[in-house]
Amino acid sequence: MPRLPLSSRRRQDLTRIRPAHGEAAAEACAAAVRLGGRRVLDGVDLCLTAGEVLALVGPNGAGKSTLLSALAGDLPLESGTVRLGGRELGEFSPRQLAVRRAVLPQAATLAFPFTVAEVVQMGRAPWAGTPQEDEDEAAVTEAMAQTEVTAFADRPFSALSGGERARVALARVLAQRTPLLLLDEPTAALDLRHQELVLALCRARAAAGDAVAVVLHDLNLAAAYADRVALLDAGRLTGVGPPARVLTPEALTSVYRHPVEVHPHPTSGAPLVLPAREPGAHQG
Amino acid sequence: MTAPPRARAAGGAAKSTGPSADGTGAAGSGAAGAGVPASSVAAPGAPPRTRRAAATTVTAALVAALLLLALLSAGIGAYTIPVSDVLGSLLHRAGAGGAPLDRVAESVLWNVRLPRVVLAVLVGASLGCAGALMQGVFGNPLAEPGVIGISSGAAVGAVASIALGLTFLGNWTVTACAFVAGLATVLLVYLLSRSGGRTEVVTLLLTGIAVNAFAGALIGLSIFFADNAQLTQITFWQLGSLAQATWPKVLAVLPCALAGLLVAPLCSRRLDLLALGERPARHLGVDVERLRLTLVLVVALLTAAAVAVAGIITFVGLLVPHLLRMAAGPGHRFLVPGSALGGAVVLVGADLAARTVAQPAELPLGVLTALLGSPFFFWLLRRTRRRQGGWA
Repeated sequence: MPRLPLSSRRRQDLTRIRPAHGEAAAEACAAAVRLGGRRVLDGVDLCLTAGEVLALVGPNGAGKSTLLSALAGDLPLESGTVRLGGRELGEFSPRQLAVRRAVLPQAATLAFPFTVAEVVQMGRAPWAGTPQEDEDEAAVTEAMAQTEVTAFADRPFSALSGGERARVALARVLAQRTPLLLLDEPTAALDLRHQELVLALCRARAAAGDAVAVVLHDLNLAAAYADRVALLDAGRLTGVGPPARVLTPEALTSVYRHPVEVHPHPTSGAPLVLPAREPGAHQG
Repeated sequence: MTAPPRARAAGGAAKSTGPSADGTGAAGSGAAGAGVPASSVAAPGAPPRTRRAAATTVTAALVAALLLLALLSAGIGAYTIPVSDVLGSLLHRAGAGGAPLDRVAESVLWNVRLPRVVLAVLVGASLGCAGALMQGVFGNPLAEPGVIGISSGAAVGAVASIALGLTFLGNWTVTACAFVAGLATVLLVYLLSRSGGRTEVVTLLLTGIAVNAFAGALIGLSIFFADNAQLTQITFWQLGSLAQATWPKVLAVLPCALAGLLVAPLCSRRLDLLALGERPARHLGVDVERLRLTLVLVVALLTAAAVAVAGIITFVGLLVPHLLRMAAGPGHRFLVPGSALGGAVVLVGADLAARTVAQPAELPLGVLTALLGSPFFFWLLRRTRRRQGGWA
């Protein structure tokens, strides 16, 4: 495998990998995706800037994961473009993309019984043969500590619970140390403590200048941790902006087709989203 | 944090397991260790030392077993040559002392036994390695050239070239036909058994059944059109045997086997990443399509090499990688060259058994491996099923 010639070429690229704070890290322009004859993403314009946490929310089948996949370069676009740091996705090789963006898939699977430590180390693969390879050990150790998986480093991945697997998968993505993080429902399998932990990690990465896009189902997590929220409905973007502006009772009630109440949080003032329930519903 | 990290990575490996830390140093396919720079492969952090140590131990044990079995196999048979004489003759030919044997012994050793041992090593290594690669590509521990029909496919090419009396490439005709047919079969199985980027066990096995049935029909058709002499030759393919080993045959498969065995270890690290699934592997910079194409070609090369000279020998590629994975973990940097080594050990041993168990008759080698391999396959199926909680 021609690893050595590649590394010299990559070395030139590395200076331009990281967009400055507030610059566009990834942007979709009129992006449309068709899957199985159905248009699941329909003319979405979205810009993700370095240093922010952007939450993608919306009902099931709204196109959140599709949008994330489109940003990751997994799906061919029917029309429109996706740019990464100003260049179109198609211009990058898989290795060039891998040092720019890391992707957390919705479900973490593993064909063979690698240990947790080995799985997290896989996140360093794109940096093999570059100067950043020197950070391998530190990146792996840090990522495992941040996601609290250090304790089961030597256990086989297949022996873990769903929530533990999700954290190991996240550790692998964090260890990749890319300026763009695309996370598909990182909190779905997690308990309360680890949900908060994961979003605090997202905030920390954003504060360090990375761009983080995260698909969330829990609107309160989105409201509490995201700089901006993108609300999707039936493949279209119905609103983007600060949580308080996007997560309004009217918009949510219409998008989720269920009456929704929004109250300010008593201390932080962040929107608290509650589905409207019949009084005494828990008794019936 | 501490020392210069490059030195640290190499030093850490050396500290825990000695110079051939990735377990491939002495593995015959030395390119594995040499081709991939240690600095880029050495796993950082604190990898499970036990696995690294196990890999080294297993490699050493396999090398020792291979040498011992090869020597025994060269000596034991209808005409017994003491091991010391075998060594003496080998040293003599290598120009390093020793002594030549008498004419009969010399002829038996150099014209009958040694080509057979060398062929067993090549075929075994090819099958073991092909099995490990195939399981990696399909992300499925039940994939194996024999089980999913690649061997039968390659055999169709070989049998057809015999039945039709093709000689357009001289000595290499059968190998070439086996390769083309094997390649076509791999591609077919691959396309048929994948959906949504993954291969389900059931789909894979059912595809294997269909492909095996079709190949069986084509072989049957060739038998129908063959004359008596060709019939004997064709039966030999179906049962699998090394009985017709000669140096020209060794030469005929050497390029295929060697090319496959040298390229395979270079894909190890990317195969590890492929275990995460197709998309995650791509997210980590693997050009999945290209990797797959390379590996499918390599598997076809290796299987064709094995089938062209030895016929259909099943289960070596299934059993060996699986046992090694249980012993030293699933990392392909050890598994790929290790499986080649293990396959060679198994086949040299099996061939020795096939020759000596029912003396003076000789059991067909393919029958022997299938006899021992099938129960193992059955056990593996049960285990996989239990872990998945059923097939449906």
